[in-house]
Amino acid sequence: MTINTLAKGGCHREQMACFRKMEKVIVAMQDPDMGMKMRNQRLLITVIPHAMTGHDIIAWLTHKYRISEEESLHLGNMLVKYGYIYPLKEPRCLVLRPDESPYRFQTPYFWTSTRWPASELDYAIYLAKKNIRKQGELMEYEKERYSLLHKRINHTWDFVVMQAREQLRASKQRRKADRIVLECQEQAYWLINRPPPGVNNVLDTGLERPNNFSCRVTLNSDYYKREIEACRKALGRNRVKSSICLEGFLKYSEQYLNHDPIMQGCLPSNPWISDDTAHWTMNAEIVPVPTRLRVERWSFSFMELLNDAMGRREFMTYLEKEFSAENLYFWQACEDIRHGESSKIVEKVEDIYKNFLAPGAARWVNIDSKTMDKTLEGIKRPHRFVMDDAQMHIYFLMKKDSYPRYLKSDLYKNMLAKAIVPQETKKSVFPFMRRQRHSSPSPAQTATQAAEEEGLAKGAGANSAAGSHF
Amino acid sequence: MCVCVCVCVCVCVCVCVCVCVCVCVCVHFYLNCNNMKYMRSPPTPEMATQEVPLNETLAHLKTESETLKSKLEEERAKLHDVELHQVAEKVEGLGQFVMKTRRTLKGHGNKVLCMDWCKDKRRIVSSSQDGKVIVWDAFTTNKEHAVTMPCTWVMACAYAPSGCAVACGGLDNKCSVYPLSLDKNENLAAKKKSVAMHTNYLSACSFTNSDMQILTSSGDGTCALWDVESGQLLQSFHGHAADVLCLDLAPSETGNTFVSGGCDKKANVWDMRSGQCIQSFETHESDINSVRYYPSGDAFASGSDDATCRLYDLRADREVAIYSKDSIIFGVSSVDFSLSGRLLFGGYNDYTINVWDVLKGTRVSILFGHENRVSTLRVSPDGTAFCTGSWDHTLRIWA
Repeated sequence: MTINTLAKGGCHREQMACFRKMEKVIVAMQDPDMGMKMRNQRLLITVIPHAMTGHDIIAWLTHKYRISEEESLHLGNMLVKYGYIYPLKEPRCLVLRPDESPYRFQTPYFWTSTRWPASELDYAIYLAKKNIRKQGELMEYEKERYSLLHKRINHTWDFVVMQAREQLRASKQRRKADRIVLECQEQAYWLINRPPPGVNNVLDTGLERPNNFSCRVTLNSDYYKREIEACRKALGRNRVKSSICLEGFLKYSEQYLNHDPIMQGCLPSNPWISDDTAHWTMNAEIVPVPTRLRVERWSFSFMELLNDAMGRREFMTYLEKEFSAENLYFWQACEDIRHGESSKIVEKVEDIYKNFLAPGAARWVNIDSKTMDKTLEGIKRPHRFVMDDAQMHIYFLMKKDSYPRYLKSDLYKNMLAKAIVPQETKKSVFPFMRRQRHSSPSPAQTATQAAEEEGLAKGAGANSAAGSHF
Repeated sequence: MCVCVCVCVCVCVCVCVCVCVCVCVCVHFYLNCNNMKYMRSPPTPEMATQEVPLNETLAHLKTESETLKSKLEEERAKLHDVELHQVAEKVEGLGQFVMKTRRTLKGHGNKVLCMDWCKDKRRIVSSSQDGKVIVWDAFTTNKEHAVTMPCTWVMACAYAPSGCAVACGGLDNKCSVYPLSLDKNENLAAKKKSVAMHTNYLSACSFTNSDMQILTSSGDGTCALWDVESGQLLQSFHGHAADVLCLDLAPSETGNTFVSGGCDKKANVWDMRSGQCIQSFETHESDINSVRYYPSGDAFASGSDDATCRLYDLRADREVAIYSKDSIIFGVSSVDFSLSGRLLFGGYNDYTINVWDVLKGTRVSILFGHENRVSTLRVSPDGTAFCTGSWDHTLRIWA
C-alpha cells in the first residue's frame, strides 16, 4: 500500500491547518507596526536587506506569546523546519540558533503550502540549473536523484534543460544581492520538499486517512434521517446544570489529590525517580498490612472498594458476619458471566440459578419479585446480559445498605488504624549509589504458577481463571 | 409554510327575541418548518400537493438535520450557567512543575505508533511502523518479548488485564491476540489468535474488563466488540461518517459504555449492549485523534488535529472546556489524565508534551525531549508516571 500519496489538488487536511497557523505567525512577524525589526545583514561582501538574527526571532516570539525562551526556540525551530524562515549562514542546516546568526523570511511564492505538492518537473529543473551553474557540483544524493529523474521523465528532458537555461539567463540580469536571495530561497524550498537522506521529512504525515465522505458513508437521505432521529432523541435527554456537574470535578480532584503521585508524590518514593520499588511492594495486590491511603480510598466509593482485591476480601468478611455474603458471591458470579467466555455462559447461568436463585438455594439472594420473574424468564434463553437486572439490583442493595455500614464498622476502622504510613525516602539518602533495578516476575509467569498450584489443589478438571486459555 | 384553516361555525338560536350566536372557531394547523414531525398524515387532497423531486427531499432533510442540530446546541446552552474556570477560581493554583524523562526505551527500528501499560504498573507493550510489537519491563528497560507482525503500521496494541497476552493490529485490518509465552525460545507468532476482522485498517483496540473480550475501532468507520475465544463478533457500532481513530472504555459502575472519536470530528458515546450511540459531540474542527475518560467516568477529554484538547461533560451533555494556546500550532495525537484528573497530558505533533490544569484551563508546563512527533501517551495504572511513544523510534517514561 502506498503511504502518503498526495494527488495534485488534493491535500492533507492536517498539514494545511498547521501551515495556515504558521503563516499567521509569519505574517504577524512581518507586520510593520508590531512585527520584527529587520536590518541589513552582511554576508561576506554582500549586504542582504530585510534579515533578522536568531536572537531577534526568539525575543519576538517570547514577547508575543508570553512563553518561555525555551518554548520560543522550539516554535521558531518549527518555523525554520517548515521553511518559513531560512538561515543565511549555513543554509543546509535548518536549525534556529539563539544567537546573531542571520535569517530571512521565505517568500510566499516558495511556501510549501503555495506550491503543493512539489512537482517532479520543478525539482528536475532545479537540479539541472544547479548542474549547469556550478559545473556539475551537485551533492551525492542530488546526483543520484538527478539521474533517476532523467530516466523517469526522459521524454521531457529537453524541456527541462531549456527551462533551466532560461531561468539562469534571467537571473544573470538581476543584481547580485537579489540573485543570492533567490538562490537561497529556492534552496530552502527544496531542502524541505526533497530532504537529503538521513534528515527527517517534516512533510511526512504518516498513514493517509482517506476522509473521503463519499467512500465511507454516502450522505444520502438515510444518513440524514438517522442524524435527525439522533438529534430528536438527544433533544429529549435530561441534562444537568453545568454548575452542578462542574462542582463534581472540583470535588473529585480534591478527594484524590493525595492519591495522585504526579501531583503530590508518593511514599516512600516514586519508583521511577528513586529506582526503589518499595512503593509497589507495599501496594501489591495482597499484602499483610495495606497502606493508609489505600484503605482510605475504599471509603471514596463502592466501586473503589470492589476494585481492590483486598478491599473486596475485607468486605466479604464483613458480609459473612452479617450473613449477607451471598450478595457479593452473586455479584461476582454475574460479573464472571458478563466478562467471561461465550462458550461458558449457559453453564454459568445454570450454576447461578442453582446456587442463588432457585427456591431453597444454598445462597439464595433476595431480589424483588418483578426482577426475579424477569430473570427467571430470561434464563430460559441464556445470554451474556441475562443477569444484568438482578446484578444491578444486588449491586445497589450492597451499595446503599451494606457498604455504608461497613465503613462505620469496627472491621474497617481497625483496618484503617492498623494501616501503615510509609516513611518518605529522600533521594539524598543514596547520593552516589545508583540503585540496582531489579526485575520482577512477569504476570504471565505468576499466573501460570498460580494456575498450576490451583490445579494441584483441586485435582483434575480444575477451572483455572487466571491461567492461559490458548 | 404555514397553512391556516379557518372553520366558522355559526349557531343561530331564535327565541322570541332574535339572538344570534356566532361561534367562530378558528383552527390553525401549523406545519412548523423548523420541527417537521413525521407523525403528520400524508397530504390530503385539500392541501396543496406537489410532486417533490428526489434531490429536493434530500436538501430538505439536510436542512432539517442542520436546524435540529442548532436547536440541540441551544438546548445544551440553556443549562450552561457557569464556566469551568469560573467554578475553579476558588481552587489553589498549581505550583512549579518538574517532570523529567526517567527512562528511554530504545529498540524499535521505526516510528512507535502505540503503547499500553500492564496492570502490574511497570510493564508496557509498544508497536511500531515496521510491524514490531515489543513487551518491555519499563523499570529495568529490558525487552521481554518481541513479535513481528505480518503487516506494517501496527497502530493499535493493548495489554490484557491478566498480563498474560497482548493484542495488536494495523494495516492487516485485523486484531490478533498473542499469549505471552515464558519460554524464551518459543515463537510467539505460533500461538497467535486472529480475533477481529475489519474492512480497513485497525486504529485502536482495548480489552474490556477481562481477557475474553476486545473492543476495536477501524478506518472502515465502525467499532466492534469481539469474543476472543471464538473470534465471534458480539456487537458492532455504526454511526461515524468516516475513519474511527480512537476509543476508550468508561470506568463506570455498570461498565457498559465507551467513547470513540473519528475523522468526522465527532466523539460518540456508545452502549455496548445495544450497539446504540447514546450521546454525540461535534465541536472539534478537525480529526479527533484521541479520547480518554475522566477518572470518575462523568466526562471525557479529546485531542484533535485542530491543536486543541476539549473536555465534554456527559451529564451536562456538552463541551465544558477547551485547552488551547496561540503558540500551540500542531495537532494533538494523544491525551490522558493524571490519577486525580487534575492534570491532562497531551502529546503533540510538534514533538512536545503539554500539561494542562483541567480545572483552571491553563497550561501548566511544556516538556521537551522527543525528536519527532509524539504519537501515543498513557499514564501508568497507579499514576506514578506516564509513557510516551514517538516517531523518533523511542519511548520515554516521565515522572
